[in-house]
Amino acid sequence: MTSQEALFNYSLRLGDTSIILAQRLCEWTGHGPFLEEDLALTNIALDIFGRGKALLEYAAKVEGKGRTEDDLAFFRTDREFFNTLITELPNGDYAKTIIRQAMIDCFDLAFYTALANSKDETLAGIAAKSIKEITYHKRHSFSWVNRFGNGTEESFNRLQQGLDEIWAFTGELFEMNETDEILIKEGIAVDLNLLKADWEKEINQLLTKANLVIPETLFMQKGSRKGLHTEHLSYILAEMQSLPRMHPNAKW
Amino acid sequence: MSKDSQGPLWEVFVQKKAGQPFVHCGNLHAFDKEMALQNARDLYTRRGEGMSLWVVPSTAIVASSPEDMGSFFEPSNDKIYRHPTFYQIPDGVGHM
Repeated sequence: MTSQEALFNYSLRLGDTSIILAQRLCEWTGHGPFLEEDLALTNIALDIFGRGKALLEYAAKVEGKGRTEDDLAFFRTDREFFNTLITELPNGDYAKTIIRQAMIDCFDLAFYTALANSKDETLAGIAAKSIKEITYHKRHSFSWVNRFGNGTEESFNRLQQGLDEIWAFTGELFEMNETDEILIKEGIAVDLNLLKADWEKEINQLLTKANLVIPETLFMQKGSRKGLHTEHLSYILAEMQSLPRMHPNAKW
Repeated sequence: MSKDSQGPLWEVFVQKKAGQPFVHCGNLHAFDKEMALQNARDLYTRRGEGMSLWVVPSTAIVASSPEDMGSFFEPSNDKIYRHPTFYQIPDGVGHM
């Protein structure tokens, strides 16, 4: 693998992770628990879409084959997507959406803070812009975890249920492969091993405050780094891609 | 949701720039202070409308009623001497 290919893979992975998560969150638009919260989550989704667009734009540029960010988003199949599995999981109820978001926000804040020091100027620039956005996303999701965990018996049970369903997908956030190895040597990528201890500590504190118990799962799901996904990705892609595929040159 | 459970009402005040007054801009629903502040941020400052926020439980606001209008406000109509129109206000004073 050349370092150009690695940089393409890396930008693609980050971009895919952003747009699939944003697409998932947007499913809540018009269905939020109440108007204010509906807007809050949609707002967060739009921040994440913005980041995804910038990353895919960069991936397309690095690839240098004349593809655009739209080509990458709308004209690839599920095996060509590299988003982390946790982002493609169905939203479930609001508690599950929130607990997943808290896991991801906690990871993303540490990740993009580190990526802001990347030797790659474009990635560093996108990361620097994202830090403020994610700081707010995390404040939002963490305060909801606390609220559900210390709310009623039902809100707590739903939160615990959500955690049970997503926990096995958190390990993959830290998985690395050849792409990472090449780019870490060049000072471009973030060494995910260095983020893990802090993430675990912070998540433990959050879960303890919300009275949650981490499920006893030894097995962690993985596959997305190789383009292997859950059955949920094809459906979300079908919804996301159907319009541009039907009308490839449509303009607003 | 089976019943109306949007939470109590809060009033939102936005300050555009440091030093300027906080201006009432609307209200929202929220269950606690932190949620009220976050919702205010998302509903009222998404397009750079301000740099500081107040949220106040609507029940904490004491308002005059329409019946008070006569006794409260009309006596000031014929007392021109209460208005500082006899002074030149220096330019540097700003919002007065």
